[in-house]
Amino acid sequence: MEYIQQILFAIVLGVVGWLIYRRITFIRDTIRLGHSEDRTDRPSERLSMMLRMAFGQKKMFDRPLVGIMHFILYAGFLLINIEVLEIILDGISGQHRMFAPFFGTFYLYLIGFFEFLAVAVIVVCTIFLFRRDVVRVDRLQAERHRELRGFPVLDGNLILIFEIVLMIAILTMNAADSVLQDMNSVHYARTGDFLFSQFLKPLFAGWSEGALIALERGAWWFHIIGILGFALYVTYSKHLHIALAFPNTYFARLRPRGEMKNMPDITKEVKLMLGMEQADPNEAPAEIGRFGAKDAMDLSWKNLMDAYTCTECGRCTANCPANITGKLLSPRKIMMDTRDRLQDLGHNMRANGGKVVEDGKTLLGDYILEEEIMACTSCMACVEACPVMINPLDIILQLRRYKIMDEAHAPGSWNMMFQNMETSQAPWKFSPSDRFNWANNLRQ
Amino acid sequence: MSEIEYKVPTMAEMAANGETPEILFWVGCLGSFDDRYKKVTVAFVKILNAVGVKFAVLGTEESCTGDPARRAGNEFLFQMQAMTNIQVLDMYGVKKIITACPHCFNTLKNEYPELGGNYEVIHHSTFLQQLINEGRVRMEGGGTFKGRKITYHDPCYLGRGNGVYEAPREVLEALDADLVEMKRIRSKGLCCGAGGAQMFKEPEPGWKEVNVERTEEALNTGADTIAVACPFCMVMMTDGVKNKEREDSVKVLDLAELIAQRQGL
Repeated sequence: MEYIQQILFAIVLGVVGWLIYRRITFIRDTIRLGHSEDRTDRPSERLSMMLRMAFGQKKMFDRPLVGIMHFILYAGFLLINIEVLEIILDGISGQHRMFAPFFGTFYLYLIGFFEFLAVAVIVVCTIFLFRRDVVRVDRLQAERHRELRGFPVLDGNLILIFEIVLMIAILTMNAADSVLQDMNSVHYARTGDFLFSQFLKPLFAGWSEGALIALERGAWWFHIIGILGFALYVTYSKHLHIALAFPNTYFARLRPRGEMKNMPDITKEVKLMLGMEQADPNEAPAEIGRFGAKDAMDLSWKNLMDAYTCTECGRCTANCPANITGKLLSPRKIMMDTRDRLQDLGHNMRANGGKVVEDGKTLLGDYILEEEIMACTSCMACVEACPVMINPLDIILQLRRYKIMDEAHAPGSWNMMFQNMETSQAPWKFSPSDRFNWANNLRQ
Repeated sequence: MSEIEYKVPTMAEMAANGETPEILFWVGCLGSFDDRYKKVTVAFVKILNAVGVKFAVLGTEESCTGDPARRAGNEFLFQMQAMTNIQVLDMYGVKKIITACPHCFNTLKNEYPELGGNYEVIHHSTFLQQLINEGRVRMEGGGTFKGRKITYHDPCYLGRGNGVYEAPREVLEALDADLVEMKRIRSKGLCCGAGGAQMFKEPEPGWKEVNVERTEEALNTGADTIAVACPFCMVMMTDGVKNKEREDSVKVLDLAELIAQRQGL
């Protein structure tokens, strides 16, 4: 009988572990659809970037109050995991609070600290729900931002409610435990009252030992299944940033923000055209692939990791000049669309033995509209705003390259601009011989 | 102040005389052709003359860096422009370039190296700040700015693109003017709306023009001067001020013009 809980626990752990593993390989396989791009240079700079941006959450502190609240959630998440480790080990070994004898009196402070975090997490999640649904922070509203309609709004609320419920389960579990300790119940070794849950004890005064054990066990199971469910849920949700923020900031671009990526294939062509290089007669003519990006697999793996890392916070969109002035473009939507496309491609792959079968859809056209990418001023505000160093601009510009070069589809006035540049070496139709006229009065 | 004779030598003239200038002043397309921005070019050249910097321009041999083509997605055209420019720059053995255009600055500095063009590139705001710090530009003669309110609009490709936020502000502070900041500044500065080749097409449908949004923010500071450091921003902010019918009371001026005015050049 005693082993039933252990066996059950091992089964639950195994099943959830397997589901999470399946989901991780799904995400990994879709990220691998992207083309290669080396982001391994300058490892020490990368490490320091990751420590500052992901570990230290530097950008989140642009708004100190929100920064502190987010940091509490993050610290709560990381540190309470130490307790989850104990819970998992307890669950497998059938012991109860196996760390207690090991830590001695310090255990009381440790759990007290976790309880402090749990209470802080409840407070912060409540404030965040309030900001979302009562204060109605603009960047989080589906009425204003069409990309949030449906699941994203629910997702944001669910996660916060989830966390509140999990924290209440911890406190309930500890309070019931303390009451059982007071009763000298066999399995519940004396640890002393905990920092916050002691105040919940009166709620359970007068309960029978059996009821309390049921409550304590119930809360324990609820909490651990909740944690495991949360871990699985996260892989389907915008909340993947809790893991991906680390690699995403590590592999972020280290070049000046203003620099656009070069296209070496074109450099080769241009050098041949200008007679700077001679074509190698022995070399088979290079197969010119697609210029720019039309679909997710035309982007680099880092663009795709960016998409999975996005938390839909909307700081990019709130700072986008096009979006602020009512254009269709929303950098957040660019990232969400890219992720949605990857999801579809991933299911496509799984259904077709690991190969993507043509589905008649492409990222540009079926997910992201031409009107969106045309409205971009390339001002880099979205890149600057992202706390986890996602680069929506890089995707936008690659999609534009496809539109302009591969489809040769540009607004008429852009075609004029290109033509002027070719013939007059300026984007306007001026005579190149007049270029120096500005100095006429000075050079008399 | 005595009449200064202004010289604007070209690289070709210098080369013919066997001379090598210290710096190349890259004028840019708006600086060469736009009637309004030509005044900035002239102001900057006057400053260069006044401090005695040995400089030259490319004159008719200059051509667009290709930035708008690249941002519009036309990589072929950009690289054609870039390669041709690099050939000209290397022919004259150019080492150091100064430009008043943040788009030219960004392209020459960050994007030409991969195509084989390696130069030290400085934006005129940084250069002006250096001249002031070295005492080569003194705030004397000319009109005073004391007590006047000036606000500064960060160009995207100078600020976010290349991290230059302080130099233009130090230049303005040297004027002894009252620098009043807008709400969205530095890394959070709002674009004027011209970048990404938007200057060359009609905007997509929306409820407002970007330059109007930004101009309103600038006007709300109560400044009588909107200082800019980019020819594209100059066009957009000037249009914005006209749109708000404030062109009689509010001027849009480049850093170089402000310094030249202060010095009575």
